[in-house]
Amino acid sequence: MGGASQSTIDLKLKVWRQKDAATGGRFEDYDATGISTDASFLEMLDVVNQRLIKGGEDPIAFDHDCREGICGSCSMVINGNPHGPERSTATCQLHMRKFNDGDTIVVEPFRANAFPVIKDLSVDRTSFDEIIAVGGYVSVNTGNAPDANALPVPKVDADQAFNAAACIGCGACVAACANGSAMLFVGAKVGHLALLPQGRSEHNERVLAMMDKMQELGFGNCSNTGACAVACPKDISFENIVRMNREYAKASIKKRT
Amino acid sequence: MNYLKSSIGRKQLMGLTGLIWSGFVLSHMLGNLLIFAGSDAYNKYSYALTSNPLLYLAEAGLVVTLLAHVFYGLKLKFENVEARQTRYAMPTNGEKAARFQSKWMAFHGSLILVFIIYHLITFKYGPGVEAGYVTTVDGVQMRDLHRLIVDVFQSPAYVFGYVLCMIGVGFHLSHGFYSAFASLGFYHPKYSDWLSKLGYVYAVVVAAGFISQPLYVYLFAEAR
Repeated sequence: MGGASQSTIDLKLKVWRQKDAATGGRFEDYDATGISTDASFLEMLDVVNQRLIKGGEDPIAFDHDCREGICGSCSMVINGNPHGPERSTATCQLHMRKFNDGDTIVVEPFRANAFPVIKDLSVDRTSFDEIIAVGGYVSVNTGNAPDANALPVPKVDADQAFNAAACIGCGACVAACANGSAMLFVGAKVGHLALLPQGRSEHNERVLAMMDKMQELGFGNCSNTGACAVACPKDISFENIVRMNREYAKASIKKRT
Repeated sequence: MNYLKSSIGRKQLMGLTGLIWSGFVLSHMLGNLLIFAGSDAYNKYSYALTSNPLLYLAEAGLVVTLLAHVFYGLKLKFENVEARQTRYAMPTNGEKAARFQSKWMAFHGSLILVFIIYHLITFKYGPGVEAGYVTTVDGVQMRDLHRLIVDVFQSPAYVFGYVLCMIGVGFHLSHGFYSAFASLGFYHPKYSDWLSKLGYVYAVVVAAGFISQPLYVYLFAEAR
C-alpha cells in the first residue's frame, strides 16, 4: 500500500464470480492493466468490465449508486476488508493510488447468511429494510415543522445522535463481523432516534422490535470484538451497540405485555 | 420475545455470569498465593474454606453460573457459526482486524471447561485425609492439601498443561472482562478505554498468579 509514483498501475484481480444465488461461485483471475492511480476502485472495475464486454464476456456485477460515499450501495470485500483497507472509506471513495503496481487484489462479496449473493459481488440486503420497517422511524404525527427552539436538544445528545445517523446502511458491519451480526447497524438506527426527543417516545417498542427482527432474519449475536466499528466507512461508534444493550434490557423490564 | 431467548438477553447473561467467575478466579488465585507462605498457612486456609457450611452455597452459585455460561456460550456460538457459513478467502487484516483473543472465546472457553473438570477431580475430589494426606496444624487435624499440590506438580506434563490452561484463562479474561461490561451496557468515552486496559491487567495478574504456583512448586519445593 501507499502512494504510487506512477500515474498508471497494472494489477491482477481475483474476483468472486457467481451466476446466481442458487449456483456455487468461484474466483476468476483478471488483468487490470493501465489503471489510473486517480481512479476509484469502482472506476477500476468499470474499466475491467468495459474490456470484458468488448471481449463478449459477462461483466462483473457489483452494486453502486452515488459514488460519493453516502448511499451505501457499494459493497465488497477487498483483500479481506469490507470497503478495502482504508479506515472511514467506502469502496467508491477508495482510490487506486492506495495500491502498488503489480499488486494482486482479492475481491469478494459481503459474506453473511442474511445477505445472500444475488450475482458476483452483489448481495441482497433486503433484510436491513425489513429491520427498518418494524420501527426505524418516528410514527408520531409531528404536524408542521416546529419552531426551531421549541425542542431543546443538548449538544452532547446531538453529537451522539449525529454519529449514529451517519449510518448509510451499507452492511460493512455485518460483513466484518465474524458472527454476521447486524448489531452496529441496529444500534445506530435505534440510537439515532432514541437520543432525540422526536424519537424518544417510542424507543422502548423500537429497540425490542428491531432487535427481535434482526435475530429472526438470521443475523448472528454480538461478541463485542469491535470489528464492525473499525470497518464502518462512516465511523459509527461501538458505543451505539453498548447503548442498545442498555436500552434493550430496560425496555424488556418495562414492557407490559 | 422472551428476554432469555433474545440475543442481547443471552449476551447479558454471559456477561453477568462471566463477571461472577472473574471475581471467583481472582479470589482463588489470591488463595493459591499462600503457597509462598508455607504449608501450614496453605492448609489452614483450605481447612477454613472447606469447614465453612456457606461454602456449599458459594459452590452451588458457581456451578449454576458456570453451567449457564457454558450452555448459552455454546448456543450463541452455534448460532454465530450458522449466521456466517462462508469464510473470506483472505482474513480481515491490518487496522480493520478484530483483536485475536476476541475471536477465540469459545476455544479457550472450552479449554477452561475441560481444565475445571480435570482440576476438580485432581484436587477437590482427589486423595484426602483417608488416603493419608493428613496433617495437624495448631492441634487441628486437617487435609494436607499442600502435600497433594507438591506431589501433583512434580509431573512436568501436568505443570505444562496447567500453565497452558492458565494462559487460556488470561486470553479469555482479556476479552471477557471488558466485553462483559459492554454487554451489560456500560460505556463511557472517558472510562471505557481505561476499562479495556484494566481488563488486560486483570487477565495478566490472574494468569500470572495462577501460573506462579505450579512453577514455584516444580522448581523449588521437594516432595515429602
